[in-house]
Amino acid sequence: MTFLAKILVFPREGVLDTQGKAVGKSLNRIGFGSVKEVKVGKYIQVLLEAVTEADAAAAAESMCGELLVNDLIEDHTVQVGPWKP
Amino acid sequence: METMRTSVIVFPGSNCDRDVMHAISASTGTMTDLVWHEHRTLPRDTGLVILPGGFSYGDYLRCGAMAAKSPIIDAVIKHASSGLPVLGICNGFQVLTEIGLLPGALLANTSLDFICDFCHVRVEREDTPFTGHYRKGEVLRIPIAHYEGRFYLPEEQLRTLEEEGLVVFRYCSPEGVTGEDFTPNGSPNGIAGIINRKGNVLGMMPHPERATESLLGSLDGAPLWGSVNSWIRGRLGE
Repeated sequence: MTFLAKILVFPREGVLDTQGKAVGKSLNRIGFGSVKEVKVGKYIQVLLEAVTEADAAAAAESMCGELLVNDLIEDHTVQVGPWKP
Repeated sequence: METMRTSVIVFPGSNCDRDVMHAISASTGTMTDLVWHEHRTLPRDTGLVILPGGFSYGDYLRCGAMAAKSPIIDAVIKHASSGLPVLGICNGFQVLTEIGLLPGALLANTSLDFICDFCHVRVEREDTPFTGHYRKGEVLRIPIAHYEGRFYLPEEQLRTLEEEGLVVFRYCSPEGVTGEDFTPNGSPNGIAGIINRKGNVLGMMPHPERATESLLGSLDGAPLWGSVNSWIRGRLGE
């Protein structure tokens, strides 16, 4: 069965996110005074074959551990569900 | 007399590989092999391994992340474990942290600018295979060219790194004064280059290969090649 893994990667708490800061400042400057903090990360979408959803989630986590995420500087979340074309 | 033989690993997107080759040949007269990242072994008699500057894999995902998973990397790790020198320059430094041969990570410069300019770095250690021909405290004029050069380690680990004396190069003024004002990329404590505990794996953001000929504006990088050459000759002579 084919599953879709949605992986969000963003800077870890305590790591200076220069991009997020710059974007936040720009938002403030163009009138969005309510903006307190912005973090800029990335969205990775993986289509994968697995027997169960749990297997797909485990595989996606392994991918994060081995390549997609650097734990020293990044946090991540993984959301897995059946793929609907 | 035995001489140094260098392997420069070439990743898709490396662009300082030939510069390094030329700089080493011009300043030490020793041989260099370019080794494609898909190989699984290093040429026999490799003394020095260099991970050169550039944009391996277009800097996709994270700088150095995919290069760190190349087939040749197991051989580089084995080379490092045997105590022989490994040098990562700029993108090569990023690759070394992604492999885990060096601690930390390199993040975007505080200014969010790509900085391509000469800067000054102070030599903090002269007892490494890479810095034997320098004096501690010596100031080098040497170029940097990067967007992600701000060294990062969580505070406590950074303190340990400093306590263990693993910082080899620090950004400074032409007179050797360190501080935020003289650190172009916002790196903590002006860190420009670090070495592993064993003392044989060095990562540095400045480009010594771009400071090896007077035509290019500085000769301050040349002693680095001479240092490794002497160190390897000493080891071969043992």
